[in-house]
Amino acid sequence: MTTLTASPFESQLLEVSMGPQHPSTHGVFRMDVALDGERVVKLKPIFGYLHRNHEKIAENETYLGSMPYTDRLDYFCSITNNWAYALAVETLAGIQVPERAEYLRVITGELTRLQNHACLVGFLMQDMGASGTPLMYAFREREKILDLFESLTGARMMCNYMRFGGCRVDLPAGWLDQAKQVVEAFPRFLDEYESLLAGNEILMARTQGVGVLSKELAINAGVTGPMLRASGVNYDLRKVDKYGIYDRFSFRVPLGDHGDVYDRYMVRLLEMRESVKILRQAMKDIPGGPIQDPKTKIRGFRPKTGEAYGRIEAPKGELGFYLISDGSPCPYRYRVRPPSLINLTILEDMCLGQNIADVVIILGSVDIVMGEVDR
Amino acid sequence: MNLESLKSEIEANVPGCRLEIVSNPSLSGQHSLLLGPSRALEVALFLRDAEALRFDYCSNVTGIDWPAPTTKGKVKEMGEGFEDDAEEEEAQLTGHLEAVYHLYSMEKKHGPVILRMKTEDRVERVHLPSLTPVWRSADFQEREIFDLFGIVFDGHPDLRRILMWDEFEDHPMRRDYVEPDDYEYEPTAHDDVLRKTQQHHGGAA
Repeated sequence: MTTLTASPFESQLLEVSMGPQHPSTHGVFRMDVALDGERVVKLKPIFGYLHRNHEKIAENETYLGSMPYTDRLDYFCSITNNWAYALAVETLAGIQVPERAEYLRVITGELTRLQNHACLVGFLMQDMGASGTPLMYAFREREKILDLFESLTGARMMCNYMRFGGCRVDLPAGWLDQAKQVVEAFPRFLDEYESLLAGNEILMARTQGVGVLSKELAINAGVTGPMLRASGVNYDLRKVDKYGIYDRFSFRVPLGDHGDVYDRYMVRLLEMRESVKILRQAMKDIPGGPIQDPKTKIRGFRPKTGEAYGRIEAPKGELGFYLISDGSPCPYRYRVRPPSLINLTILEDMCLGQNIADVVIILGSVDIVMGEVDR
Repeated sequence: MNLESLKSEIEANVPGCRLEIVSNPSLSGQHSLLLGPSRALEVALFLRDAEALRFDYCSNVTGIDWPAPTTKGKVKEMGEGFEDDAEEEEAQLTGHLEAVYHLYSMEKKHGPVILRMKTEDRVERVHLPSLTPVWRSADFQEREIFDLFGIVFDGHPDLRRILMWDEFEDHPMRRDYVEPDDYEYEPTAHDDVLRKTQQHHGGAA
């Protein structure tokens, strides 16, 4: 609304530095925000607080030596990080992965997606002010999956599970039955979660029409993962690239219509149901056999000169590794294409004109992990 | 997609652009196109907007440092008569920086097409045209290359350091990078760090 007479009050923009220690920023992340009243007129993300030059360290390390370090990128999803790196190296050196190992990768990878999305929806509710309960419900489910990871790999979060041409260890006795139980119980958690929150007036009011991201801008800004699909773009690397053995499973790709926070939230809930479908099929069909390609020399590994880019659909988006080999035991160039960093490109566009309180949930719906943004 | 036909298609539509196919000897078979910087923006727009291509998604942007070979070792391996070659090569090689773009199409679901651009050297002439006006996804990634490799992207809307702090000098991802020894930003200098600091300031250890 415009007024004809000038306001008797002085009105200026207020600059607020949110973070780096703000509890809603999911790590050490800062946003410099200029506010007109409560409305955001400018927002600049500032990061780098966790920067340790992962790429430089990896270039001074052997190919295998970087594998455990990839766990520390997106520390919620270590197994998919391993997978993307292994896939890039396998593309570079033309390594074949045995059947059973491919199934193990799908099973552990989809379990990772389940626990990542469960946490994300929990944290989003936390950001919105639903303190405690939804997040704790999500953590309860995540705990069961982390227990599975622990009994398989020895570590709950830093799994270091994949190797070039296979996986590090085979399933311990009884693991598959235990995993089946967890997966079969998972839809019950989703039902419970949705019945608690579906149609909730506050949830609707806070998320619908907030932080809208258009289809065109999402594509141009390289947004990937659930965020892209919430804007209505059907692009899932499991369908597009069909890496590994994803062409064998029947699952659907949930899409949003509006590209707002609510759609991003719903797409993740729906993706979890699809992951459960994939897991059921994979755990039914998993064959016996070796889990490691016997021709690949893991230690003292020296791929031929050349370069390769390998990418997978990580829970947060397209995670890619770009490697250049000069024939030595260390990569000449090692590059991580981090989905969380690139999904932040349009943070300002989504926040402009919104209230400052909405910035928190818009950031929460992007799903960032600073270990990956800063590297 | 056949890179040869793509190259001739671009050349037919963007007159005066310099393109060269860089073959990749590894088993990945991901060959790339080396692009002359002068008409790079037009080529990028053509790749993005041409009806049959529609490379609307620029996935990965990164830099590579290729310093000039300092020893003759590498040249020697190349074969007979290395003496003459070595002298020639050393005269012309000053090293260069390279930016690499991985393009895909979300609409047509094809890719990747890999574009590369080279700077003239590593010190003075390190300018390349920014492709951020074509693909927003290059925004943070070009800033990261500027920060860590020191390529200056002309036409970038907001070229600042992104991971290192603003006062930082030098570019840590370069092959010949030497970490600073005065540790101005190191609050708890001790042992090795302290010795280096003292050496730097000329004091006795």
